[in-house]
Amino acid sequence: MEITQQDVEKVAQLARLALTASEKETFAKQLSQILSHVDQLNQYDTTGIEPTATVMGQVNVFRADIVRPSLPVEKALANAPERESDGFVVPKIIEER
Amino acid sequence: MSLHKLGLVELHKKFTAGEVTATEIVRAYFLRISQVEPKVKAFVTQTKDAAYQQAEELDHKLKVWRKTHPLTGMPLAVKDNICTDSVPTTCSSRMLQHFVPPYDATVVSKLRSQEYILVGKTNLDEFAMGSSTENSAFGPSRNPWNLHCVPGGSSGGSAAAVAAEECAAALGSDTGGSIRQPAAFCGVVGVKPTYGRVSRYGLIAFASSLDQIGPITRSVPDAAFLLQAIAGHDPMDSTSVDRPVPDYMKALQKRDLKNVRIGVPEEFFAEGIDPEVEQAVRAAIGELKQLGAEVKEIRLPRTDAAVAVYYVIATAEASSNLARFDGVKFGFRAKETKDLLELYMKTRQEGFGPEVKRRIMLGTYVLSAGYYDAYYGKAQAVRTLVCQDFDAAFKEVDLIVTPATPTPAFKLGEKSEDPLQMYLSDIFTISVNLAGLPAIALPCGFSKAGLPIGLQLIGRAFEEDMMLRAAHAYEQSTAWHRQRPSIR
Repeated sequence: MEITQQDVEKVAQLARLALTASEKETFAKQLSQILSHVDQLNQYDTTGIEPTATVMGQVNVFRADIVRPSLPVEKALANAPERESDGFVVPKIIEER
Repeated sequence: MSLHKLGLVELHKKFTAGEVTATEIVRAYFLRISQVEPKVKAFVTQTKDAAYQQAEELDHKLKVWRKTHPLTGMPLAVKDNICTDSVPTTCSSRMLQHFVPPYDATVVSKLRSQEYILVGKTNLDEFAMGSSTENSAFGPSRNPWNLHCVPGGSSGGSAAAVAAEECAAALGSDTGGSIRQPAAFCGVVGVKPTYGRVSRYGLIAFASSLDQIGPITRSVPDAAFLLQAIAGHDPMDSTSVDRPVPDYMKALQKRDLKNVRIGVPEEFFAEGIDPEVEQAVRAAIGELKQLGAEVKEIRLPRTDAAVAVYYVIATAEASSNLARFDGVKFGFRAKETKDLLELYMKTRQEGFGPEVKRRIMLGTYVLSAGYYDAYYGKAQAVRTLVCQDFDAAFKEVDLIVTPATPTPAFKLGEKSEDPLQMYLSDIFTISVNLAGLPAIALPCGFSKAGLPIGLQLIGRAFEEDMMLRAAHAYEQSTAWHRQRPSIR
């Protein structure tokens, strides 16, 4: 599988990851190499084989919906890069008209 | 005898008998740390002041009423991707360099309820992604047997700290071999429990269908002792399994292997294995036979596929898990960004190291529209085939024995430029995670260069007791685990 620098740029955008020019070049090369190794999976016939997402096969683990102690606001905000009163500060996301 | 030379179980006995105080234990270990840590570099954070204070309080309390738990006063280290309330937990990443968790992981609260003493948080490959600790943002740890060699990874700091006697035992995490491979490289014992046996709550997620926390120790009884303390169901981790936990120490009482069938998969002795490793492992298999085990050849035909399956599934899960690092709620945030999108993109660019970026990229690619079925879907289906191989094998045998790694520890820098070669160094440990099985790595010899060689025993799901019993019988009949490195 040949990964181009354009592919790398597209994937980096999806992953919300800014890359330098030299990172793009390196990743194009390395991802091509790794995906070529992964292509060997095509030698295995998986017709009719169920995919495994998790080994123990649990589904819908329910518990009673009861009120329990949760993280207090101060603790939850203690690691915030930037905060104001009881909230996280982020750049403005609504355009001015 | 210096206290730091004692194993966990021996130290526990001495402490319970009142022959040594918690303060003496802490003093002995921090003296040892001050001597060897500048060379080994196993820790990201040392918790010396808190350890002394806790030891004093413990000694004071025990003077009044001598009631102890199995881990009371035991000096343990915890891998730095396992959350510790009020103690920094960095994942060896710039992204979490100043992160102080507001709660304990379940395994840590279990240790805390037994009054253990935390000596520090150990180094790892950033976000547990790597096989050498060279991907740590804070620099690599060293192998105590040869400081020019890697300790393995990702739990390399934990394995190095245990081998260098900087703690009585440690916790690691294992997604594709991250407990067993460094244990093998450092000549100590490492257990990856069955998926669901130990709670993952508070373990900073890498690949959620593969991750599992386990002990790294200097002997098999120590591993059984520590596993006992952390195993069990946890409502906070819905993938943890509600099954009774057997008495692991009791399982060690059987010293022979009569009526135990052990399989040798020839696929694990194929090309690429170091002749010294093969020789040591074949000799260990001979020893298992001497102990009464019935040894037979088995097949795990899809072993070849494991690395490829792993690097699709693990990176896909990682790309999703690491989406939370966006510079908003906790962790690193890039400065001077013009809008929210740029805040995300630059935070992640500056906060993550190269290997983490590579895996996020690979994982995002295999999950992206147009490639999902060809890569992610295909890998999940081949994962089923890998599981079927183990199911078939375990109809014929009770345990599987393999080398833990294809080679002894490699030199620092030897593989850091070639990600695929680095990935292939996990070839013997990865399929165990894909199938969710328990496995143990333990010492079975040394190379001519004086580096440890590791044996791996793989058990049926939730049969850690059988696996520990066999490992203990082997350990009792050999002296490899008694050799300790002279650090220079």
